[in-house]
Amino acid sequence: MSETTTAHHPALQHQFTDLRQQKEAVTLGMWVFIAQEVLFFGGLFAAYAVYRSMYPAAFSAGSHHLSWKIGFANTLVLIGSSLTMAMAVHFAAIGMKRRVVGFLLATVLLGSVFLGVKYFEYGDKIRPCLGDGPYTGCLVPGERFDAAALHLEGAEGGHAQIYFSLYFGMTGLHALHMIIGIPIILGIAFLAGRGAYSPEYHSPVELVGLYWHFVDIIWIFLFPLLYLIGAH
Amino acid sequence: MSAEATYPKDHFLSGGWDLKSWLLTKDHKRIGILYLLSISAMFVLGGLYAGLIRWNLLVPDGTHMSADTYNKTFTAHGVIMVFFFLIPSIPAVLGNFLIPLMIGAKDLAFPKLNLLSWYLYMLGGGITLYALLVGGLETGWTFYTPYSTVFAQSNVEIAAVGIFVAGFSSILTGLNFIVTIHKMRAPGMTWFRMPLFVWAHYATAIIQVLGTPVIAITILLVALERIFHFGFFDPARGGDPILFQHLFWFYSHPAVYIMILPSMGVISELITCFSRKRVFGYSFIAMSSLAIAAIGFLVWAHHMFVSGMAVYSAMVFSALTYLVAIPSAIKTFNWVATLYKGSISWDTPMIYVFCFLGLFLIGGLTGLFLGNLGTDVHLTDTYFVVAHFHYIMVGGAIMGYLGAIHFWWPKITGRKYSEAWGRLSAVLIFVGFNLTFFPQFVLGYLGMPRRYHVYPDEFQVLNVLSTAGATVLGFGYLFPSFYLVYSLFRGEPAGANPWGAKGLEWTTTSPPPTENFHEVPVVTEEPYDYARAPKEAAVV
Repeated sequence: MSETTTAHHPALQHQFTDLRQQKEAVTLGMWVFIAQEVLFFGGLFAAYAVYRSMYPAAFSAGSHHLSWKIGFANTLVLIGSSLTMAMAVHFAAIGMKRRVVGFLLATVLLGSVFLGVKYFEYGDKIRPCLGDGPYTGCLVPGERFDAAALHLEGAEGGHAQIYFSLYFGMTGLHALHMIIGIPIILGIAFLAGRGAYSPEYHSPVELVGLYWHFVDIIWIFLFPLLYLIGAH
Repeated sequence: MSAEATYPKDHFLSGGWDLKSWLLTKDHKRIGILYLLSISAMFVLGGLYAGLIRWNLLVPDGTHMSADTYNKTFTAHGVIMVFFFLIPSIPAVLGNFLIPLMIGAKDLAFPKLNLLSWYLYMLGGGITLYALLVGGLETGWTFYTPYSTVFAQSNVEIAAVGIFVAGFSSILTGLNFIVTIHKMRAPGMTWFRMPLFVWAHYATAIIQVLGTPVIAITILLVALERIFHFGFFDPARGGDPILFQHLFWFYSHPAVYIMILPSMGVISELITCFSRKRVFGYSFIAMSSLAIAAIGFLVWAHHMFVSGMAVYSAMVFSALTYLVAIPSAIKTFNWVATLYKGSISWDTPMIYVFCFLGLFLIGGLTGLFLGNLGTDVHLTDTYFVVAHFHYIMVGGAIMGYLGAIHFWWPKITGRKYSEAWGRLSAVLIFVGFNLTFFPQFVLGYLGMPRRYHVYPDEFQVLNVLSTAGATVLGFGYLFPSFYLVYSLFRGEPAGANPWGAKGLEWTTTSPPPTENFHEVPVVTEEPYDYARAPKEAAVV
């Protein structure tokens, strides 16, 4: 690490002495950001824990209504996107530009597949709620919620609404994080293609990688908690 | 003074005053001033609402305002003061301005993010003000469900969005501070050479980063429940309003420490400077900030002793509440020990220090009444609680804020203000504050509930006293805005170090140059080495 070569690097921002300090700072910054994200999702996970222990039957019924096969397939897609992201970071570190771009685009593709699947999953639950009724199979919390579709009645129908509130809240927030991540990855892929990154300086690729892995890990928790309750 | 101080030709404001130089600035010092202007405006607005509350409570029968207007008034007061004044106050203004100077850095680690934080604050503030001013909000600043989700007819969703956005301003500021303190310290500035102000902000930043996202998600759930009829907290569907209270206070209790910790950091700086003596128990004060941040996360349910909670969890939370008093006491004892045999001078900032010490002591000790399971039942939701937290937030946080503004004003602006006016208004604020809030302890103990726009006749005398005090307090707050602004135009040049204080920020010119230091400082001595400092103000 020689200061003379990095002190005048075009990517070095004025408040830092050298690229090493800059890299340490931005990496720590991303980890701190992820820490706040953990607490952000943490509120929802706490709510989930409370309600699942209060209403196990309704949660089980709600969970059985989700397709674990689709959820599992989507989990594989997302883990695949983490792999391609890790490859992109690896090739950025050794300065292989074309592969960086390729793997970043593959990550975007897999992320989009995941979101596409999610679109159809949501659609199945939302579509029956539209129009003039009779709303059979509507699983969006609210007046039109069809507890009978889950073979629930009375208070348990309300509890199932809480389950689906959490389902939409948690997966929705997760999907929102992906929707934010994808354009950022595309932007970084574009810059990578223009040769903005080198083995000395490729922090943006690493940071977006950290972010993407974090979003994947959230899903790794969401999948069993939402899809696999009571599955044997 | 041995030589005439001069105003530097080249400083961070000499680059220009046009709108672009402010709105696109990445200089932490300019951003600090942007915050100063915006939170001062919020303070005035929040203060006006406080005045309206006191005006209504002049008479017992509530003829001045309808119940609904009164609800909207105290909600506006609470929301503005908590989210848009107290939480950003010292960190966003003085932390922003001073942390890089104190650790010998050119700027915060992420200058653009810092500017973004200010824009988020303005956006969140704008949205929330819209909600408050157009139609209003009657839920109280606490947004308790199911009132906020099912029954409230007002702008809950809009205010929720505003607070959500402003929350990210706070998170990003905290993130910036953590990274800056870890990675941007000048050569020789080891952790235990850092000013205690910086330690306090480090602890604060941890709370901002780990606490704020929880209120963000909670308030988002309230908004989702209102907009999409989700059922997170709806008792009709088995939802649990108590869960909302847990999530809300998981942030909102630590938020109290976001308000008070920076103020404690200020007191540590000021008390050692005006005692001309090294601070007593440096590492204890530094570590007690971290202890407050850590234990502060474990006491939230003491706001809910009467909400319905298992008696054993109540006991645990009560015990933890007593525990968090210990680091605060450690700080107080160390400050007092710093005074001991010090050479104390009564400059304006030091008067605020004494105000802080007395008022924080009362506020802290009355907090123990409320952390106690037995007395809390009697005092919950009475004016005793109102008085208690105003002793902490106004008596503690705002006294520290004003002390800090007066201490670093010469550094920020390069000008001296009128010491006589400074002392006068500090005393006025102290008197006005006590006259406003001490009667409220008595009122609360006698059973006057908070948040009602009417009260029994026998409480009128104390309420009139309180309103009279608020009037004095209002004038006390008004004075600094005049003499401080006056000092900008007519004040004497302050010189680099008008107080003869220690710390890197006093080694550069006042106002500092854009790059903070012409040469990267190298730190070779322990902090607060006042024994070796000359008594005369140094002139650079």
